[in-house]
Amino acid sequence: MSVQTGSMGRIRFRRPSAGRIVAWIVLGLLIIITLFPFWWIVRTSLSNPRQLFVDTTSMLPARFTLNNYARVLGMMSTSEAVAAGGSGQTINFLLYLRNSLIVTTSLVIGQISFSALAAYAFARLNFPLRDKIFTLYIAALMIPAVVMLIPNFVLIRTLGWLNTFQGIIAPAFLMTPFSVFFFRQFFLGINREIEESAKLDGASLFGIFIKIVVPMSVPPITTLAILAFLSHWNDYLWPLLIGKDESVRVLTVALGIFRTQTPQGAPDFAGLMAGAVVSMVPTLLLYFLAGRKAIDSIQFSGIK
Amino acid sequence: MANAASTLQTRPRPDWLKPWLRGETWAAFLFILPSLIGFTLFYAVPAVRGLLISFTDWDLLTPAEPVGLGNYQRLIRDRDFWHALWVTLVYVVINVSTQTVFGLTIAVFMDRLTRSVLVRGIMILPFLFSNVVVGLIWLWILDPSLGIANELLKAVGLPRQPFLGSPDQAIATIAGINIWRHMGYMALLFLAGLQSIPKDVYEAAAIDGAGEVRSFWHITLPLLRPVLVFVLVTTIIGAFQIFDTIAITTEGGPIDSTRVIMWHIYEYAFQRFNMGYATTISMALFVLLIFLTLLQLRWFRAGESDL
Repeated sequence: MSVQTGSMGRIRFRRPSAGRIVAWIVLGLLIIITLFPFWWIVRTSLSNPRQLFVDTTSMLPARFTLNNYARVLGMMSTSEAVAAGGSGQTINFLLYLRNSLIVTTSLVIGQISFSALAAYAFARLNFPLRDKIFTLYIAALMIPAVVMLIPNFVLIRTLGWLNTFQGIIAPAFLMTPFSVFFFRQFFLGINREIEESAKLDGASLFGIFIKIVVPMSVPPITTLAILAFLSHWNDYLWPLLIGKDESVRVLTVALGIFRTQTPQGAPDFAGLMAGAVVSMVPTLLLYFLAGRKAIDSIQFSGIK
Repeated sequence: MANAASTLQTRPRPDWLKPWLRGETWAAFLFILPSLIGFTLFYAVPAVRGLLISFTDWDLLTPAEPVGLGNYQRLIRDRDFWHALWVTLVYVVINVSTQTVFGLTIAVFMDRLTRSVLVRGIMILPFLFSNVVVGLIWLWILDPSLGIANELLKAVGLPRQPFLGSPDQAIATIAGINIWRHMGYMALLFLAGLQSIPKDVYEAAAIDGAGEVRSFWHITLPLLRPVLVFVLVTTIIGAFQIFDTIAITTEGGPIDSTRVIMWHIYEYAFQRFNMGYATTISMALFVLLIFLTLLQLRWFRAGESDL
């Protein structure tokens, strides 16, 4: 690839062509456009809220301060917060961070365990109605979420689960059609022989699943865990409908409510950006930990 | 076992019953039980119930009143609905077309220039964060009086713009925000397709004197078609359900200029508590999206034979 053939078919050294230079410049610009807003969040979150009205352009924080973080993490009294440019409403992003962690962790664990269990039965076991049930699951993959939104809200309300964690978690806790489909594809691809010999040794089906299949399935489990984390951590509409209450309010909902609490007409952008950064930290941690695996998982998710 | 069974059994059991008596069947149903409960409660029943609710007038507090096709007749006459559909369509067209061009450009450039994981990692970054965070960032950057975007315009001698504050610019601005969030993701999907195109095809074309641009139009694009169509339709289906960004930034305004279908549904269901009519709108959206899905299935199959 790093060689070009000349008109005579001879190989010659490639010097950067004008086209390549232009392409690099365009790509470079797109990288800057992608990254700049992230710097702008950090810069704003570290700025003095009042100074932001005066200094709209400096690339560095306008009068550096950590107060916005102290404010959104509930480490300031109300009067101090108002003095620092806040709205005086109680905001406690530590609590919302905890709520988001509870919701997302239980969803990732539940969804993956129960989907994998079901997928194993669909891939390996023979039972009546198997293909019919699986076809139904696949059909559900094609139904857009909006169709289930209102009936599911009504159901959660009837159960008395509004403003509870179980209400937020319920719909995706026991399965998602995509994860069942995904695990089944993987299980179909692994060699049966080890499972067969374990069966001859008298191992139970559940024992085989836990001791043999699960350890072999670390890659797909990681992929799904990453995808499930991202989709539930970032979910907004469902937790907005089910859990506005402080005690179960997740970060996305908290940021939305925080935005509408305007102190003097304009939103408190310094505080909002500090809250946004708090909500982004766990995702970034996961991203750095998972590294390439995260990129590959996301790339895979779109191809299905 | 065999003896015990033959002494107990006077008549042979019917064939349909046999598989239900095997241990494997019981085990299998235990394996799928949690997922079956989840599927029934939160997918199957709601899908049917949604249809039923759409034939009623229901405010959640008093019992639902059957109105037959009343909601559907109302839908056809509802100018706000058609407006919402139009706004959504404008959004989808601006968003998906531009995003695809950007995504494709980034993918081709990454494919031809660099294999760097870092570059890919950067381009995907906006997609990792919630629509809420992304909406807030841009709300601030595009703020009509304090935002950095207007300062940049001023620096290059252009007039200030109201962006989200103007009925003429709001929906295009929302589309732009989501182009920023999704272009790297789309590029990553296209890149996977590009990397499956064998390199010797390009080398052969280069020997025949085809430059990069001609190779792109005559090799890359035709061979990428299946991936392109698949990603495009998936993106269109997603774009039709735009909600979060609008809920965070404009809430349907100014003057209904960003009142998309999902916002219309949200308002009817959860602000006016008109469950029957809200469900009817969501059924209309469902029909539209299922039509796109079926189209995708056809195209995808048609595309597969190409590679």
